[in-house]
Amino acid sequence: MSEIATDSPEGARAHARAQSGTVVDTMPVLPPSSASHWPGDVAVADRRWAETIAGGNYTALTVARGTLIEFTDLEGDACAHLALYNAWQIDERLNVADTIKVQWQAYPTTGQLLLSDRGRALASIVADSSAHHDTLAGTTNLAGNTARYGDGSPQSGSPAGRELLVLAAAKVGLSPRDIPPTLSFFQGVFAEPDGSLTFRGSAGAGAAVRIRAELPLIVLIANVPHPLDPRDDYVSTPLRLRAWAGEPGSAPSPETKVGPEAARAIANTIAYTELRGI
Amino acid sequence: MTDTAPVNVPAFIADHRILDDTIAAPRGPWSGIVHAGDNLTIIDLFGNQAVDCIVYDAHDTGIRYSAPDTIASQRNVYLTEGSVLRANTGAPLMTLVRDEVGRHDTIGGACSKESNSLRYGHHTVHQHACVENFLAEGARWGLGKRDLVSNINWYMNVPLEPSGVMGIVDGISAPGLSLTLRADRDVLVLISNCPQINNPCNGFDPTAVRMIVSSPLS
Repeated sequence: MSEIATDSPEGARAHARAQSGTVVDTMPVLPPSSASHWPGDVAVADRRWAETIAGGNYTALTVARGTLIEFTDLEGDACAHLALYNAWQIDERLNVADTIKVQWQAYPTTGQLLLSDRGRALASIVADSSAHHDTLAGTTNLAGNTARYGDGSPQSGSPAGRELLVLAAAKVGLSPRDIPPTLSFFQGVFAEPDGSLTFRGSAGAGAAVRIRAELPLIVLIANVPHPLDPRDDYVSTPLRLRAWAGEPGSAPSPETKVGPEAARAIANTIAYTELRGI
Repeated sequence: MTDTAPVNVPAFIADHRILDDTIAAPRGPWSGIVHAGDNLTIIDLFGNQAVDCIVYDAHDTGIRYSAPDTIASQRNVYLTEGSVLRANTGAPLMTLVRDEVGRHDTIGGACSKESNSLRYGHHTVHQHACVENFLAEGARWGLGKRDLVSNINWYMNVPLEPSGVMGIVDGISAPGLSLTLRADRDVLVLISNCPQINNPCNGFDPTAVRMIVSSPLS
C-alpha cells in the first residue's frame, strides 16, 4: 500500500506525515472558511465550522448564541439525530415533548422553535427544504440494532444512534444519563389517526435545514438510520454541516406559524440572556 | 371534590397480596418501588384525571423510560393494553397488562412552571406544575433535574391530527376506571398527579387517584 518503510520511528513518521493534506468527503475542513458549499450570503469572516459527518458517525459542537447551523442531506439517506443543551447550564436541554406540545404541532419545520422545559427557545428552525423530520420515534439503541443488523456498537458497521450520542456526550463532559429524547432531521414519520406510525423517508438528496442558536448551545449529532427505516440494510449517507456567526432572534422567525407561545419563548430567552449580562 | 372515592378495586386484586395502597392527593406526588412480577394499579377515582409518570430501573436509574423507544418499538404514539414501556436501552420496564380506558398519552410530556408561561402566559408561573412534583419526589431517591426525561400521561387524551396539530383535550376516562402495569424488572415509579389547572386533561380540577402495589399470591 505504502512505499515508505515503517520499521523505524523515522520511517513511521515519514509515513504518517505523508498523509498530510489528504482530502476525503467526510471530514472537518480547517480553516472552515476554505470549505466549499458555503451559502452565498455568508461572509468569509463569519464562517465558523465546516464538516461532513460520515454515515454511521457523529460530532459534538459547542456554538455561540446566534450561530446558524445548516444541515444538508447530501445523498438522501442522512438522518441527523440531535440533542441540544444550553451550554451555560447543561441541565437545560431539548425537550421534545414541550417542543411539540407548546407549539401544538408535532411535525417541525420553518418557524418552529426547539424548546427546553424551562420555557425558553434553544434554537429556531429558520429554513427547511425537507420537512421530513421526526419528533416521535427518537433514535436507535444497541439492542435494536443488534437484533436488526447484527451489531449496534459504535465502531461496528451499524452503530446505533444512542451509542454514538453517548460518545459525543462524553466528549463534552456529559454522561449517558444526560441524553434526552432526540429529534431527527431528514427521515420523516407520519402518525395515522389511530396513532400508528408510517415511515415517510426523506425528501431526497440535497434537502437542507437551517437552525439558529438562541442560546449558546452544545449540539450533539449522530448520523444514523432512523429507527423505523424499513430497509434490511443499514443505509446511512453523509450529512454536511456548515455553521456561521449570526444574530439571535429578537422575535420569532417571521415565517412562524405557531402563535403567541413562540413570542413568549423568545422573550423568556432574551430576558435570561440579558439578566446574565450577555 | 369529595374525599369519598368510588370503591372500585379491580377484581383480580382479590388474588393478590397488597403491598401498598395509597391515595395520591390532587396535585400530589407518589413514588415507590415495584418489584419484577408485581403490579401497580392506578385507579382514576373521579375520572378525567391525568397521571404523569416516569419509570426507572430501580438498580440503575440511568436506565429510564423513553417515550421515543417505546413509540418506535410499538410503532404507535398511543399506549394501550399490551403496550410495553421501554427504557432508553430498549429494555422492557413495565407492561400495561390491564386497561379500562383504551388510550393514553406518551408524547405530551409534563407541565413545568416555565413551559406553562409559554402555554398560558406568565401569570401561571407560580401555579402548581408536574416537574415540581417530579423534582421533589425524585430527590427522595437521589434523582435530580438531569434525570427527568420524557414521561407517560395516564388517562390523558392527546389526539395527533394528520396535519401534525396535536394538543391536550378533554379526557376519555371516567370515575373508577383503572389500569394495571406489571413490572418487567424492579422499577422505581414517580407519579405527579397532574396539577395543571389550565388545560382540559383533568377537567381543570385535579382529583385524587389510588395507587395499589400488589403481588400475585400464586
